[in-house]
Amino acid sequence: MEAIINDIGFIIGTTLMYSTPLMFTSLGGVITERSGVVNIGLEGMMFFGAFVAATVAYYTQNPWLGFLCAGLGGAFLGLLHAIACVSFAAEQIVSGIAINFLGPGLALFLSRLFFDGATQTLTIPNKIPLPLHFLFGEGKLFKSAGFMDLVFNRFATVYLAFLLVLLVWFVLYKTKVGMRVQAVGEHPEAADTLGISVYRIRYGAVIMSGFFAGLGGASMSIAVVSRFSNTLISGHGFIALAAMIFGKWKPQGAMLACLLFGGAKGFEIFLGAKGVPVSSSLLAMLPYILTIIVLVGIVGKTTPPAAIGKIFDKSGK
Amino acid sequence: MTLDAAALKKKFLSGSIGLTLISIFLGFALGAIVLLAAGFNPLEAYWVILKGIFSRPKYVSYVIIYATPLIITGLSVAFALRTGLFNIGAEGQYIVGAIVAAAAGYFFKLPLILHVIVAVGLAIIAAALWGGLAGYIKARFGVHEVISTIMLNWIALYLSNFVVTLQAFGKQGTGKTYAIQSTARINLLSDWKISEAGIEFIRSHKMLGDVLKSPINVGFIFAILLAVLVWYVLNKTTLGYELRAVGFNPHAAEAGGINVKRSMVVSMLFAGGLAGAAGAFQVLGVSHRIAKLAAMEGYGFDGIAVSLIGNNTGAGSVFAGLLFGALKYGGSKIQDAMQAPTEVISIMIGIIILFVAMPNLIRLILTIKANRASN
Repeated sequence: MEAIINDIGFIIGTTLMYSTPLMFTSLGGVITERSGVVNIGLEGMMFFGAFVAATVAYYTQNPWLGFLCAGLGGAFLGLLHAIACVSFAAEQIVSGIAINFLGPGLALFLSRLFFDGATQTLTIPNKIPLPLHFLFGEGKLFKSAGFMDLVFNRFATVYLAFLLVLLVWFVLYKTKVGMRVQAVGEHPEAADTLGISVYRIRYGAVIMSGFFAGLGGASMSIAVVSRFSNTLISGHGFIALAAMIFGKWKPQGAMLACLLFGGAKGFEIFLGAKGVPVSSSLLAMLPYILTIIVLVGIVGKTTPPAAIGKIFDKSGK
Repeated sequence: MTLDAAALKKKFLSGSIGLTLISIFLGFALGAIVLLAAGFNPLEAYWVILKGIFSRPKYVSYVIIYATPLIITGLSVAFALRTGLFNIGAEGQYIVGAIVAAAAGYFFKLPLILHVIVAVGLAIIAAALWGGLAGYIKARFGVHEVISTIMLNWIALYLSNFVVTLQAFGKQGTGKTYAIQSTARINLLSDWKISEAGIEFIRSHKMLGDVLKSPINVGFIFAILLAVLVWYVLNKTTLGYELRAVGFNPHAAEAGGINVKRSMVVSMLFAGGLAGAAGAFQVLGVSHRIAKLAAMEGYGFDGIAVSLIGNNTGAGSVFAGLLFGALKYGGSKIQDAMQAPTEVISIMIGIIILFVAMPNLIRLILTIKANRASN
């Protein structure tokens, strides 16, 4: 019995760990798309963030500094995307594609400079800490390797991600700024008439989405693993983007979708660890098939922000 | 109206080809700044790249081999984009084409040319269905093709990794499949090259011999033919007219009696088939097998760049594909020659696309320049 409970704990814990990078990035997606700007550059921003985090954490030995800088790195790419899409009326998907070349390009370019020609960083000395670690172990509140340990003894980034879901939900639905973001995403012309600066809101939203995507990359490279490598991110940003749409452009929905993708990963790792003779490739495929099925099923009920992808030009052209 | 040289120049620069050329120029200029900031001599780096592309016949041959799949995936993206669909799924369709071509190439025992036709044909059909599926669920259920194709890309990747593990197909323990039969290969003179006469020829003929040292294959010729086909279908057939009408304005097309939903499916069938052909030619001409993929290889994503830089046309994709192939191949040489990161190429490509996305910015720069000149 205890073994089964521990197995469940293991699956939940791994799920939390692998959902976290997706959640940060997906929340970024929610913010930008609710303001009406599509951002498929999340992948490139996450990639760059993962690199910046590991590099800063390696050289300063301070994971939190790495975490913050990863956000700033992502925000820098967000700024580029905002300049293109908001100020210069760029096709948003095209600009996003450009970011997906720039982010990995910059990351690997700099990686080769900082790490002697390698496309991966060295192992960082200190990972993001486990804040509840003191509760577990011999003579502590909970015994180690038990259910509570497996579920709750997780990196600080895991807890941060859930707090951030709350925060984004609160800001988006309960504050003036959030209302403005929504107004700009639904009907920019009307928002403009009411004196809201569409440009400023969209700049803020797109830069924030880059910041969050950068944090998502960081929570991969300096928490889930302890280094950046060129195949670390490969596609997670796209999955986060899909999770955002799966979650109907809502922070809480995006969270659930990310937990689904993370859960599939957790289950895959669990079966692998147990030596269950099931093809890991087929298991890995499942969440994507499920997503398509669910999207096909729930259609009609999903409505993206009305002004998504549309260019806003104040001069009315 | 008389056109003087200045007016002609202005007209050219603000046209789509002019804007693309300016974007490419800006990509190189900013790439140089990045190299300079990192402490490398950009002129030296560009010289190494240029030499790496043109200084030997073998290099040019490699550029063409690199460019071939990119041109075709570029055509795939361009075709869908002209119907207003964004085919992020070229990556997955490429993988499906590669799987089927590798399987047909290994399992079937067929005579020389027929084997190639069967393998490529099956690969195209499978990939067309893969792409068409995204078109269908968009038309039928309204699921955005960007999301469905992202999902289909991953399903294709894991499907590929799954078939590599199959006992009958995958060489156990190597992470690769068995090589395709020699009858399915589209390489030129590959048997003769390792014969005594061939070795003698390569040794005595400097130019041709050098070219023969690369795995030359007929894929590039097919890429050009496919570009012509895309141009023809889009511009010279009723179907192409309808597809473009949908891309231009779906509501107007609907009002004009065009079946918009059917157009979406047809467009994605075509796009999928094209990307699948890219995967097939790569397997039959270069890799001869498929291997476990740790990550996306990027042929489809690079195809998006090729299409965008090539202004979403057949001819544009050929030129942009060659440019991309050349930069990829030539760019890989600055690593050894001067320890400069080859990823400067990705940065340059990203910058070029970013400017391609912002024609307004380039027009603004041109206007400011023109005003300064006239003052």
